[in-house]
Amino acid sequence: MDIRKLERLDRCRWQLPCSGAMRVPVRLYADEGLLRDMDEHALEQAVQVATLPGIVGASHVMPDAHWGYGFPIGGVAAFDADAGGVVSAGGVGFDVSCGVRCLHTGLTRAQLAPLQQRLADALYKHIPAGLGSTGAIRLNATEMDAMLAGGADWAVAQGWGEAADLERIEEHGRMLHAKPRFVSEQAKKRQRDEMGTLGSGNHYLEVQQVGEVFDPQLAAGFGLKVGDIVVMIHCGSRGLGHQIGTEFLRRMVDDAPRHGLTLPDRELACAPIASDLGQEYLGAMRAAINCALANRQILTHLVREVFATLLPAARLALLYDVSHNTCKVETHVVDGRPRQLHVHRKGATRAFGPGHPELSPALRPFGQPVLIGGSMGTGSYVLAGTAASEALAFSSACHGAGRAMSRHQATKTWSGRAVQDELAQRGILVRSPSLRGIAEEAPGAYKDVSAVVDAAEAAGLARKVARVEPLVCVKG
Amino acid sequence: MNDHWEHFEHRADIGVRGIAASEAGAFEQAALALTAVVCDPAAVVPREAVPIACDAADDEGLFVAWLNAVVYEMAVRRMLFARYRVRIDGRHLAATAEGEAIDTARHHPVVEVKGATYTALRVGRGDDGLWTAQTVVDV
Repeated sequence: MDIRKLERLDRCRWQLPCSGAMRVPVRLYADEGLLRDMDEHALEQAVQVATLPGIVGASHVMPDAHWGYGFPIGGVAAFDADAGGVVSAGGVGFDVSCGVRCLHTGLTRAQLAPLQQRLADALYKHIPAGLGSTGAIRLNATEMDAMLAGGADWAVAQGWGEAADLERIEEHGRMLHAKPRFVSEQAKKRQRDEMGTLGSGNHYLEVQQVGEVFDPQLAAGFGLKVGDIVVMIHCGSRGLGHQIGTEFLRRMVDDAPRHGLTLPDRELACAPIASDLGQEYLGAMRAAINCALANRQILTHLVREVFATLLPAARLALLYDVSHNTCKVETHVVDGRPRQLHVHRKGATRAFGPGHPELSPALRPFGQPVLIGGSMGTGSYVLAGTAASEALAFSSACHGAGRAMSRHQATKTWSGRAVQDELAQRGILVRSPSLRGIAEEAPGAYKDVSAVVDAAEAAGLARKVARVEPLVCVKG
Repeated sequence: MNDHWEHFEHRADIGVRGIAASEAGAFEQAALALTAVVCDPAAVVPREAVPIACDAADDEGLFVAWLNAVVYEMAVRRMLFARYRVRIDGRHLAATAEGEAIDTARHHPVVEVKGATYTALRVGRGDDGLWTAQTVVDV
């Protein structure tokens, strides 16, 4: 990215002032190196987001941002319904409520080591992963609607989890105001065999160890110390969310003229929040959030079954569950007054600071855990939301490393077998149905996640708590 | 040059492009490129034909609708397709996709396609008379 047109606010905060059709400025959070490596498309897309009706404050760009669809991946934007604000299917993306959850195990590396190989094989066998895999759960129409209305809360009621899990999930495991009737039969059909499946691509299940603690007080608050074994799951709303994204993107493109919207890019497809289409999308999108929460809850249950068999001493308590492709109604203070806003986070994580009423009492003193997935070779991070993030970017932070190289280029650069062998020599066991898939997800194909989280912390978006390193990775 | 397909670069995802003497041929080739995102199309046996139909207001909209219809059939039937036959009549597309059920051991599927986007979307005829149909798919 050409940074000459940006104003530098401090080391990791930059701004592109309003010009042309922009209603608000663009604010970027990254150090100079990350910004120079960021593709120009990400800024172009953030500028286009800044032109949308009813946008409030700024169009925000996280440190891991890259070229997305309409919105950049790593984009945050809030809209006021009372000011003609819009909701955008492109601003949420195809994988609605894709997210990360992290589970404690109560185990140490020493306890895990003798069983690491068997655990890798058992998780790979027990967790449906990859294209064509199916879950064991089949829902009839009534059960499907109950799942779409109830999320993880529904899953726990079915016996897939514990009530204590719910207070450590955004929205306490159930996104309110979901409207299953606005989810098409095609979307429900696409989900029919996919409950409790991991998916593919950059989705994964990892067993990790805490390698480094940056803030001992926050780490203690989150129950983390060096050497602890945790499990991290990255996946989303599966076929149902993909179909909802596909259908509403088209409807919003087709209906834009009727709503008086001139879209600079069809991917910016949106509808006024107050319109029938806007409300239908919100109802369906919230149902997809519940689908993702239920799916991660069922996967958690499957992981617990594997650990119960192989490592019965383990106690898999949930640390937290975040979603990073969402639009949520939140109250934020803007220019000194609280406003109810529709906050789009596309490849960005909510990051409420300490004391936020949404957080459970156990987490409220510390701020929201912010889970940042890295690549399978380089580790992931646990951060904590800050009070400052509220004023900076509607309490938002980055979501992952972000790709540095296309999939095509990655397969030309590495062989899957070599990547798998090299990681195994470093003690990281990778299980996947596809060697090409492993090559496409090679650690070198991703940006340096450490640079991303360092920039997020330096910008004030979140605080670094701990770094976790992979030991077992199941990829779809 | 014969009808063919190719992938093009996108940092996070993959671009699919079909090039052919006709618009319908370009759509067929782009769908083969879609299969190739998942696995080697040559490894897929065309055992079963699936009818597909869609409509849209313009060529580009029809192309996105076509790819999304293929993605949908792949997902709900758990199939991969090796051969496509497309007919375009104005704003309406009718096609058959021929393929077989996913066999993980034989197809080694790499990644699931979530949907076709409007990014880098283009349908048109070049100076050489060949049609190109392309867009980025989200994986």
